[in-house]
Amino acid sequence: MTHSGGYIADPRIRAVEWLPWVAAVICYFAAPSYLPLGSYVLIMVIFALSLDLVLGYGGVITLGHSAYFGIGAYTAGILAVRLTGEPLLGLLAGTVAAGLFGLVTGLVILRTRGLALLMLTLAITSLCLEIANKATSWTGGADGLGGFTVQPILGIFKFDMFGKTAYLYCLLVTLACWWLVRRMVYSPFGASLTGVRENNVRMHAVGAPVYLRLVVAYTISAALAGLAGALLTQTTQFVGLKVLGFELSGELMVMLILGGVGRIYGAFVGPLIYLVAQDYLAKQFPEYWYFGIGTMLVLVVMFARGGLLGIVDIAVARVRRWLT
Amino acid sequence: MTAALETRSLCKSFGALTVAEQIDFRLDRGARHALIGPNGAGKTTFINMLTGRLDPTTGQILLGGEDITDLGQSQRVKRGLGRTFQINTLFRNVSVVDNVAFAVAEREGFAWRMFRPASRYREVLDESMALIETLGLAGDARRSVAGLPYGKQRLVEIAIALGLRPRVLLLDEPAAGVPSMESDRILDVLDALPKEIAILIIEHDMDLVFRFAQRITVLTQGAVLAEGTPAEIAANDDVRKVYLGERHG
Repeated sequence: MTHSGGYIADPRIRAVEWLPWVAAVICYFAAPSYLPLGSYVLIMVIFALSLDLVLGYGGVITLGHSAYFGIGAYTAGILAVRLTGEPLLGLLAGTVAAGLFGLVTGLVILRTRGLALLMLTLAITSLCLEIANKATSWTGGADGLGGFTVQPILGIFKFDMFGKTAYLYCLLVTLACWWLVRRMVYSPFGASLTGVRENNVRMHAVGAPVYLRLVVAYTISAALAGLAGALLTQTTQFVGLKVLGFELSGELMVMLILGGVGRIYGAFVGPLIYLVAQDYLAKQFPEYWYFGIGTMLVLVVMFARGGLLGIVDIAVARVRRWLT
Repeated sequence: MTAALETRSLCKSFGALTVAEQIDFRLDRGARHALIGPNGAGKTTFINMLTGRLDPTTGQILLGGEDITDLGQSQRVKRGLGRTFQINTLFRNVSVVDNVAFAVAEREGFAWRMFRPASRYREVLDESMALIETLGLAGDARRSVAGLPYGKQRLVEIAIALGLRPRVLLLDEPAAGVPSMESDRILDVLDALPKEIAILIIEHDMDLVFRFAQRITVLTQGAVLAEGTPAEIAANDDVRKVYLGERHG
C-alpha cells in the first residue's frame, strides 16, 4: 500500500485502489443520513492529500496548513457574497488564492528548516487568523461569513438540504485531486521529492534545485488545501474563523499520522477513521471523546510508525510469508 | 592546456580558525590525483568548497577555465562536477536503481516533469541499470540501499556520481570503512572509470592511493605541504614527518 513512486514503481492503478471510491458510492446509497459527514470526510481527504504531498513526500514539517485551507475557504465565501455564487468559479478562485499565498510564503519559509520552519508555519496561520478576525467587513470576524447562496453546479445541479449534491460534488472533486496527486507521486517530480525527503544533502549533490522544487511542491499543496477550504465553504454555505485555526492544522497532522504518512491512501484512511471515531465518541462520551482519539494516536505512534496502513502492510506481508 | 579544475589562493576561515590557507591546486584533464593528509588537515573542507557546500572566504575556483566560485551546488553539478561523500549519503529507503536514476533524471532535466510516470522514462532506467551493471551491482538493483553491505553502498555512491556524467569526479574516501577485500573491488572500479574523467581522490588507505594516483597533493593544517608524483611524495622528508612524526624524519 506504500506509494513511493520512483523509476521502477508500477504506476498502474491496482484493483484495491478503487476500494475507497466503491465504498464512497455505497455510502451514498446505504447511509443517506450521514452524507454531510461524508462530505466533510472527503474534504478532509483532499486537505490531507495536500499535506501528504509536502510532509510525506517532500519531508516538510508544517503546522500551518490551515492558513491555505482558510484562505481558500474565505476566498470562496467572499466571492459568493460580493460577486457570484458560481461554485466552479469559487473553487478555482479559492485554489488560485491559496496557491499564490503558498508560493509567496513558501519562498520565505522554505529557506529555513526544522524547528524554525515549524514556527514560521505556525506564525503564518496565526497571522491569517488574526487578520480574518479583524477584517470583519470582509470576513464577518468572529461571527463568520454566511448568508450567501451557492448556485447550482454547471447551472443544473442544485445543492439540496440532505447534502446529496454536496456529497457527489465533493466526491468528484476528491477523485480529481487523487488522480492529480497520484500522477505527481509517480512522476519524476514525485520521485525527486522522495529524494529530498530521503536525503536533502545528496539531492543537492546530484544537482537538484532543492529549494525551488520544494517551493513548487509547497505551492501545489497550498492550492489543494485552498481547494478543500473552498469546497467546505460551498457545501456548508458558511465560513468561520475555525478554518484558519492552528487546531485544524494539528488535527490534520493527527489524521495523516493515523492513516500513514507518504502513502497517498493514508490521507483517505486517517480522516475517515478520525472523523467517524470523533462522531461516534462525541455522541457516546460527549466530555471525553478526545481521550479515545488520543489513545488511538498513542498506540499508532508507539506500535505502528507507518500508521494504520502500515499495520495492514505488516499483516499482508506476514500472511504472504505464511502462505509461502 | 586549461586545467579540468583549479583553485587560486583558496582560503576558508571560521572566525579566528583558518581551515584552508592559500590553496593553489590544479587538476589536469583526465588526471588521477590524490589528496592526502592527516585527520583535520582540511581535505573534506576543501572538497566542500569545490562543490559549493561551503563558501570560501577568499580565492577562486575554476572548472574547465570557468570561474564557478559564486555558483551554487546544483549549477556546479550541471557543469560537470560530481562527488561522493566520506560517510555514505544515499537515499537509504529506495532501491539501488532509483538512487542512480535520481541522478540521471536530474542531469537530463526530467525531474521537473509531473504527469508522465517515471517508469516510462526508459532512457533513465536503462542508463541507470547499465551503470549498476558496470559496478557489479546488477543483482541488487531492486534492493533497498539500507539492506546492502557497506562496501556495496560505497559503490552506489560512485554509481550516483557517475550518473551525472561528470567531467571532474571528487571521491571523498571511497574505501573508508570497507574491508580490504572489498577495497580491492573499489580500486578495480576506479581503475575502470572512463579516462576522460579527471578524478581527485581523498583517501587514508596509502596502498590504494599509491596504486591509483599519478599525482599526489599533501595537505596539512589547511595548506599544501607538497605535491608531486607518488615516488616524489614517498621520498619527501616533510611528508614523512607529518605522517610518522619528527623522530622518523
